[in-house]
Amino acid sequence: MSRKLLDLWVGVFVALGVASLLFLALKVGNLATANFSETYPLTANFVNIGGLKVRAPVKSAGVVVGRVGDIRFDPETYEAVVTFNIDGRYRFPKDTFALILTSGLLGEQYVGLDPGGDEAMLKAGEVIAKTQSAVVLEKLISQFMFNKASEGSSEK
Amino acid sequence: MPAGNLVEIKDLDFAYEDRPILDGISLEIPRGKVVAIMGGSGCGKTTLLRLIGGQLRPIRGDVLVDGQSVPQLANDELYALRRRMGMLFQFGALFTDISVFDNVAYQMREHTDLTEELIRDMVLMKLNAVGLRGAHQLMPAELSGGMARRVALARAIALDPMLIMYDEPFAGLDPISLGVIGQLIRKLNDALGATTIMVTHDIQESLLIVDFIYFMSDGKIVALGTPDEIRASKHPFVHQFVFAEADGPVPFHYPATPLAQELLGKGAHGRR
Amino acid sequence: MADDRQDSGAIVSAVASLGHRVNEALLRLGFATRFFLMLLIWSGQSFRRFNLTIREVYFSGFQSLLIIMVSGLFIGMVLGMQGYETLQRYGSADALGVLVALSLVRELGPVVAALLFASRAGSSITAEIGLMKATEQLTAMDMMAVNPIARVVAPRFWGGVISMPLLAALFSATGVFGGYLIGVVFIGVDEGAFWSQMQASVDFRYDIWSGIVKSFVFGIAVSLIAVFEGYDAVPTAEGVSSSIKGTVVKSALAILALDFVLTSFMFREA
Repeated sequence: MSRKLLDLWVGVFVALGVASLLFLALKVGNLATANFSETYPLTANFVNIGGLKVRAPVKSAGVVVGRVGDIRFDPETYEAVVTFNIDGRYRFPKDTFALILTSGLLGEQYVGLDPGGDEAMLKAGEVIAKTQSAVVLEKLISQFMFNKASEGSSEK
Repeated sequence: MPAGNLVEIKDLDFAYEDRPILDGISLEIPRGKVVAIMGGSGCGKTTLLRLIGGQLRPIRGDVLVDGQSVPQLANDELYALRRRMGMLFQFGALFTDISVFDNVAYQMREHTDLTEELIRDMVLMKLNAVGLRGAHQLMPAELSGGMARRVALARAIALDPMLIMYDEPFAGLDPISLGVIGQLIRKLNDALGATTIMVTHDIQESLLIVDFIYFMSDGKIVALGTPDEIRASKHPFVHQFVFAEADGPVPFHYPATPLAQELLGKGAHGRR
Repeated sequence: MADDRQDSGAIVSAVASLGHRVNEALLRLGFATRFFLMLLIWSGQSFRRFNLTIREVYFSGFQSLLIIMVSGLFIGMVLGMQGYETLQRYGSADALGVLVALSLVRELGPVVAALLFASRAGSSITAEIGLMKATEQLTAMDMMAVNPIARVVAPRFWGGVISMPLLAALFSATGVFGGYLIGVVFIGVDEGAFWSQMQASVDFRYDIWSGIVKSFVFGIAVSLIAVFEGYDAVPTAEGVSSSIKGTVVKSALAILALDFVLTSFMFREA
């Protein structure tokens, strides 16, 4: 096995390996669509975050504009403090609504941003004032049952 | 040829784990001579070679090669010393993945800056000395036992060492190869002005070519002398060795209970 | 009376032999650590004379390509079949791409590729080194003032370390292709959904990078075990064959144990 031939085959091998890595990174994974642009943080307080997890998407008009960075519990207000990392290209008005939504009926939870009409924009590190907590399934069911019960009694 | 001893072993003790192998052994190898170290299997001959080559460290005592104390050498000093030694292993120990030529050229390529043309000439000369110049393209797997050993010999002398060591060079060879190797050992030693140490069982071949013989048994030197002295020796161990007697100081029987007791006594115990 | 003494003798000797075994194992572990340090110290030549290492990448890496790619393809196809069978019951067949990709990239790629590497390349490395030891080639090299660890052992180690992540990536890539082949081409899952859901759910840093780190760690473990077993082999035919068995078994255990440790670090619920 001459050295040149050896080098050739090893080169082929390494090329194949790197090509697979690139394939995995770009086609299988999200490296191509992952934005490397600067992100800025915004925070919001929620009474109940439901099943929201770190790295969950933050969407506006259905488009991913950021990711959930950090979730903490505030022991004084007894609320959840969630930090989002929003893509630097997008600015949101001060009266934006932050809601926790579910994708599909039983799917993963994500944050939706509903922009308001304010002209002043939220700056990095500022708090989104208007929030709507996650819909908790148990509360929904008990509400449904309560409504049904009161309907039944009002019919009598 | 400067006088004096190339190798000196002084009062050396060596044990492997718990088994003592060498017991206060002392010997001298004068420069320019061919010396044989003989003895039964397991008496410590090969261990001596390893101690001289610095692969093992003695528990007590010293090994001097060309005035340097081998156990005390640092790693690079030891390697520098080894470049002046050549060793022939029992079955050649050629590198099986490279050709005969590359085997002999190995040390030249590693330790010298010679050009490939010069190396080629030197390799062919060394192979010529052992009669295998025509085989330089072959792979070690294609060689017979005797040929492999000769190639290993060419490899051992590649850098014209001052000390050549042989570990059982005659083991398992046909009579022709025996004679060839024996002659080569003597001729190369004289031609290179080197010193040779041979560890071997083969008494007849050795008596023809060596200058001096040491006999070992149980980790000690029991007899020594020139070939003539050895042939005339009255020492029972030497006598048994030289005349290949079945029984003598080295017993025929492995230690066991006496035969009568074994055959008759066992019957009484065996049946309960 | 004599029976009691015999029984206690049996127990005592059993405990003694266990203690002896543990002692031996610890001694060997200590020796292995020293060996690893020596290996690192003498690794300079593997990079200065890089063709030594390249040669080993050829023998360990390139020559494992066939088994890695074929196995990857088959596993990907089986994942496709099994995954579809279960997912379609919940109407989630569109998530097949996600299932195949994540299974491969996070776990199966690094682990199975490492296991195959250990049995194919690892055992052959152990055999080579063990045989060189048994035929005194390593001793001869040492006597010719060439350090056998630098020349024979270290390049094989680094060749394995370089080859392993590449092989794991190849395994995962062919596996994804195998899943695609079965899922989309044969069964008829929607091609767009297959790839888009996969891309949406497989995160480079979290999933793929973790897989790469895993395969790198496995590469170090398997290569180290392979060269150590060869170097430490008893220099006889039985000794070498026993060392080869040791390489395959110990590598498998090490891979699975390390996988557990790494997975518990890397894939934690937020």
